[in-house]
Amino acid sequence: MTQKLTPQQLTELAGRAKSIRRNIVRMVTEAKSGHPGGSLSATDIMSVLYFAEMNVAPDKAHDADRDRFVLSKGHAAPVLYATLAEKGFLPAEELLTLRKIDSRLQGHPEMKNIPGVDMSTGSLGQGLSAANGMALAAKLDARDYRVYALLGDGELEEGQIWEAAMFAAHYKLDNLTAFVDFNGLQIDGPVAEVMSPLPIPEKWQAFGWNVLVIDGHDYNAIYDAIQTAKTVKDKPTMIVAKTIKGKGVCQMENVVDWHGKAPSREECDLFLSVLEGIED
Amino acid sequence: MGNQLATREAYGLALKDLGDRNKNVVVLDADLSKSTKTNVFAKAHPDRFFNVGIAEQNMMGVAAGLAAAGKIPFVSTFAMFATGRAFEQVRNSICYPQLNVKIAATHAGLTVGEDGASHQSIEDIAIMRVVPNMTVIVPADAIETKQAIDFAAAHKGPVYIRLGRAAVPNVFGEAYEFRIGKAALLTDGTDVTIIACGVMVAPARHAAEALISQGISARVLDMASIKPIDKEAIIAAARETGAIVTCEEHSIIGGLGSAVAEVVVEHAPVPLERVGVMDTFGESGTPGDLLKKYNLTEEAIVAAAKKAVSRKKA
Repeated sequence: MTQKLTPQQLTELAGRAKSIRRNIVRMVTEAKSGHPGGSLSATDIMSVLYFAEMNVAPDKAHDADRDRFVLSKGHAAPVLYATLAEKGFLPAEELLTLRKIDSRLQGHPEMKNIPGVDMSTGSLGQGLSAANGMALAAKLDARDYRVYALLGDGELEEGQIWEAAMFAAHYKLDNLTAFVDFNGLQIDGPVAEVMSPLPIPEKWQAFGWNVLVIDGHDYNAIYDAIQTAKTVKDKPTMIVAKTIKGKGVCQMENVVDWHGKAPSREECDLFLSVLEGIED
Repeated sequence: MGNQLATREAYGLALKDLGDRNKNVVVLDADLSKSTKTNVFAKAHPDRFFNVGIAEQNMMGVAAGLAAAGKIPFVSTFAMFATGRAFEQVRNSICYPQLNVKIAATHAGLTVGEDGASHQSIEDIAIMRVVPNMTVIVPADAIETKQAIDFAAAHKGPVYIRLGRAAVPNVFGEAYEFRIGKAALLTDGTDVTIIACGVMVAPARHAAEALISQGISARVLDMASIKPIDKEAIIAAARETGAIVTCEEHSIIGGLGSAVAEVVVEHAPVPLERVGVMDTFGESGTPGDLLKKYNLTEEAIVAAAKKAVSRKKA
C-alpha cells in the first residue's frame, strides 16, 4: 500500500524545493566555487525529509530525541545549508557567506558551529559509519529517533562504505535509512566509466539491507519509501534514488562539469529564471 | 617496583571498572579484543561492547556517531591500525568535530615482538599529536594506565592512549596522581634531565642510578602527557640541569623527543639527545632482544646522558 502526500503537502514541497534550488544557485555563484550539480540532484530528497518527515526544529536542535541526518556526500553542503535555512536553522542571508572567511558555512559541513548539522563530513565514505553510531546509540538508550544518511553514487567506491554496510546489517539497525543519490556522475565522468559501483541495489541486498529503488524526484515515491523503511524490522534500508545531476536547471542537467563549478553572474541570472519557470 | 603487568592488561581492568561506574561508556574493538583486553569489559558488560570486525575505519566513524549521540566510546585495536589504517577517520570524523571518542591503542612500539615490523607502530605518537584537538597520553605502568583511562573518561574530547603488549614493572606507587599536561618527577638531579614515556620510564630510572657512580646527577621525568606537554617542567629542566635526554619506544622523528625539542629550542636551548628508534623499521624477535638491538636500553640512555653532559661543556 503506497503512502501518499496530500495535495497541500505536494504544493508545499514543490515550493520548498524551488526555494532551496534558488539558494543553491545563488550561494554557489556568490562563493565562486562549490558543488551545485550534486546539490540540485539531492534537493527533492532533502525537501521530503525536512518538510514531510524528520522530527527536527531549530528550537530543539540538540534534543536527544530528534531525528538525525548525516550528509555523507558532504560536498553537497549547499543543499544542506539551504534546507536548514528553509527550515529556520539559519538566516537565509547567511547562505551568501558560504566558503568565505569567518563564515560558519564551511565548504563541507562542520557540526560544531551550525545547529542542525549532525555530523561533520566531506571526506567521502565516512558519514555512513557515523550514522551507524547514532543509530546504535538510539538502540542502547531505547530512543525511537531515526537516523538518515545521504550517500553519493561515486562515494560507493570508498571501501569504508562497505565496512559500514556490513556493520548496519550485522547489528540490525532498522532505525537507519540511507539514500544513494544515484545521479550517475562523478568528477571525472560517469560512475560506470570511472569505477563502476553498479549494480547498486544488488550490492546492498547482498550486504543484508532492505533495498528500495525509486525516482528521486518524485515526492510521493520518496515519502512512500521512507514510510516503508520505518516498517521494516531488523534491517537497515537503502533507498536507491535515481536522480538527475543538476536537476531543475536544464543547462546543468546531466552535465558532468557542473559537479564542482560555480555559475557566472550571467549564468546565475539565467538559471534563476529557469527555476522560476518551474511550476510550484 | 616488583609488579609486572602490561599496560594493556591494566587497561582491560580499568575499562571494566569504568564500565561498572559509568553506564555511558561503550566499547568497540576490531576483532582483537583478546589481545587489547577489551574482552574483560565485554564479559562484564556484553550489552555495551561491539565487535566491528576487521574494519577500523568504520570503527572510528561508529565511535564518532556514538559520541555525537552522547555516549563515551572507547575504541581499541593495535596502534598500527588505530592511527595508521584509520588516520583520516580519526582526523576528520573525530578530531575535527571534537567528538568525545577515546582511542586506547595497544601493541604500540617494538615490544609487539615476534609479529614484526608490519605490526610495530613507531609513528603513532607523531601522527596523533599533530592533529588539532587530540590529547595524547603514553602511560608507563599499570597504575598510570588506570589513571589515564579515568582521566580520558572524564575529559571532554578526543584522547589517544598508547599501550603496550609486554609486561612492564610498576614505576609508580598507589598514591600516584596522574595530571594531564604535567610531568611526574621520579628522581631529582642537577646535571642532566632524562625525559621518558611508556616502557622507557623504568630503564630511564635505572640509568639515573647507574649515572650516579659515574659522577652524574640525573633528574628523571615521566612525560606520559605528550600533548598537552609540560612546557614548564621542560624549561625548568633545561635551565636547572643544562642538558636533556629523551627516551621513547617510537621513532626519534615526531614523538616525545621532537615534542621536547620544540619546547627546548623555543624557550631554553641546551644540548639534547634523543633515544628512540632511529628512523628504521623493526623486525621479529622477543621484546627484550628488540629493545637491545635497537638501543632502547638503560645503557643507551646512560651513553646519551654522558654525551649530552659533555656537549654542555664543549
